[in-house]
Amino acid sequence: MLSGQELRIAAFSTAVIAFVATSSGALAQKKYDTGATDTEIKIGNIMPYSGPASAYGVIGKTEQAYFKKINAEGGINGRRINFITYDDGYSPPKAVEQARKLVESDEVLVVFNPLGTPSNSAIQKYLNTKKVPQLFVATGATKWNDPKNFPWTMGWQPSYQSEARIYAKFLMKEKPDAKIAILYQNDDFGKDYLKGLKDGLDAKSSMIIAEESYETAEPTIDSHIVKLKATGADVFISITTPKFAAQAIKKLAEIEWKPLHIVANVSASVGAVIMPAGLENSQGILSAAYAKDGADPQWDNDPGMKKFFAFLEKYYPDANKLDGSVVYGYGVAQTLAKVIAMCGDDLTRENVMKQAASLKDFTPDTLLPGVKINTSATDFAPIDQLQMMRFKGEKWDLFGDIISGELSN
Amino acid sequence: MSAIEEVVTEAPAVEAVPKRAMTLGYGTSLVVLGLLVLAPLFVKNFIIFQLTMLLIYGLAVLALNILTGGSGQFSLGQSAFYAVGAYTSAILMEHVGMNYALTLPVAGVICFGFGFLFGQPALRLSGVYLALATFALATAMPQLLKLGYFEHWTGGVQGLVVTKPDAPFGLPMSQDMWLYYFTLVITIAIYIFSVNLLKSRSGRAFMAIRDNEIAASAMGIDVALYKTLAFGVSAGITGVAGGLGAIAVQFVAPDGYTITLAISLFLGMVVGGVGWLPGSIVGSAFIIFVPNIAEGISKGLSGAVFGVLLFFVIFLVPHGARQVAIVAQQLTGKLKKR
Repeated sequence: MLSGQELRIAAFSTAVIAFVATSSGALAQKKYDTGATDTEIKIGNIMPYSGPASAYGVIGKTEQAYFKKINAEGGINGRRINFITYDDGYSPPKAVEQARKLVESDEVLVVFNPLGTPSNSAIQKYLNTKKVPQLFVATGATKWNDPKNFPWTMGWQPSYQSEARIYAKFLMKEKPDAKIAILYQNDDFGKDYLKGLKDGLDAKSSMIIAEESYETAEPTIDSHIVKLKATGADVFISITTPKFAAQAIKKLAEIEWKPLHIVANVSASVGAVIMPAGLENSQGILSAAYAKDGADPQWDNDPGMKKFFAFLEKYYPDANKLDGSVVYGYGVAQTLAKVIAMCGDDLTRENVMKQAASLKDFTPDTLLPGVKINTSATDFAPIDQLQMMRFKGEKWDLFGDIISGELSN
Repeated sequence: MSAIEEVVTEAPAVEAVPKRAMTLGYGTSLVVLGLLVLAPLFVKNFIIFQLTMLLIYGLAVLALNILTGGSGQFSLGQSAFYAVGAYTSAILMEHVGMNYALTLPVAGVICFGFGFLFGQPALRLSGVYLALATFALATAMPQLLKLGYFEHWTGGVQGLVVTKPDAPFGLPMSQDMWLYYFTLVITIAIYIFSVNLLKSRSGRAFMAIRDNEIAASAMGIDVALYKTLAFGVSAGITGVAGGLGAIAVQFVAPDGYTITLAISLFLGMVVGGVGWLPGSIVGSAFIIFVPNIAEGISKGLSGAVFGVLLFFVIFLVPHGARQVAIVAQQLTGKLKKR
């Protein structure tokens, strides 16, 4: 994390660069939209603190703690951050109510990191009509990267499609004659993923010899696995949420099917998937990651993670550092702080979006070494790199290069 | 002991409410109406939106009140009817291009049919068993909406975005204000219809069934017909509320209509006073604003704070807003005498 002084220097140089680049002849003027003043910047946020997805509420609390730290260190360019966060209980109608409250009653500058695909879908149109930034939404759906139709909405984490394309690239390189069997969840998550895989394999999508889908309401997915084994596939891609991912790992061991097994990042949790499925059943499974794992001892001496742990100790002592949501909240809050710092004294909503769309090789402390945030006017997907990892012993071992999931290459 | 005796000795599920006590006096009604008409002129658009939601949930609570307070049947499945209404409006507006105002009667009729049909098997059940059967409906609905067969129409898990209507005839008011008055007119119409329904022959039949089913059938009331009718009317009104909700929120998705919504509506009915129609709006205010208050007190414990507040309300005024209204009436009566 940059110190206050460093931030001021960064802001100053940004201002100078902006001045030189535009050479408008006038001194950098202070420009404000609703929600920003000389002393304060209002940031709005919506989180499911209650309801079915309340486990994610930790993200909001981490962000709040992060902005507390920023304020304690003098704010951004001398302005303190007023972080206003509301509960939507993971209900789209409530999200609309809270978004309107943030924009019309609290008058925030941006709505930052609202969580959940349904909630974000519900407020996207409203915020874009009002021209209020819906910045760094907390969902992996691919549709947030659509600057043409929704210039006020931007994602943050790698989309499901990016991740799927990375697996496709890996397979084409390492196992070009693979026979792929896919099990996917029949919803937006599963379908987004499947599309990514097919796009990634492109001309070679004939490598996929079997696809099976399941409903979240099904008690067990055993029959699908047996069916997939019978096709004679030697690669098994499991596009599943944690409960089903664990079931699949177990069933594979039970029927002694040993294909190359790839699990989606959402189900790469050691605590929620690997442990229940059994360590011995999980050896050699592949997945991909973009952030460091707070539970992994290999990061104990990493400078970025040291900062992260120091932050937790001082500002959020009751946080569980094994919880991926804490790592996530820290990273995304740091990205917003960077964008606000880049805005300098031009704190208009338009400039916030412009700066958010001009991040170059930015690296929050909690991302894997080599994973960089890059955006442009036509690329609203900040993170699209991941690294492959293999489960060995009791933890994930990263291997290979950082791979980009961008469509263009 | 025979089964009949058992039924006869069973206490009625809902305390009997005399029919005159179900409504407000003319004076009070006019004051409330005046407030509702004038309020949006003085507040921000966001508050107007909240008031619109207040009316919409008020309608849904009213519908449940007719069912439970009127005919004595429980339902935890109102969210399913609300969802059907919302989706009907959204699909007709976005896929068929129908005018938003016309989608509401369609939503109402479809939900009436749906509720009437559901009422048929539900006839065999009563009390907690009926509540459980409707509960099943509420838990099934979000998943049904996600089914692949309907995905072309419902948009699956992604839901549907609905376009908000502008004020017609070039009226100089914001979309929110127009929608508020539009909702207000519909709410008043449905309220008057409901009051009259409960005062009518059908309403008396509902209440007779509520108070004692056997006595009612002995008086020649077709118990089966009136029970299903109550279900149908309640579902129909809930459907109209759902359609209005979809237009106001501009979005429908399966996750918006979970069992939580059904329980909120039930809660609103109890807080407003079971069987007291004007209480619906008070109950609706409770389920919209009290969670916000609870959240303001503590973010991490918002659910717990809400629980404590609810506990106090139920403990101090077990009959909800109706009790408060009666006390207030008595006090003003005393003042007048002096």
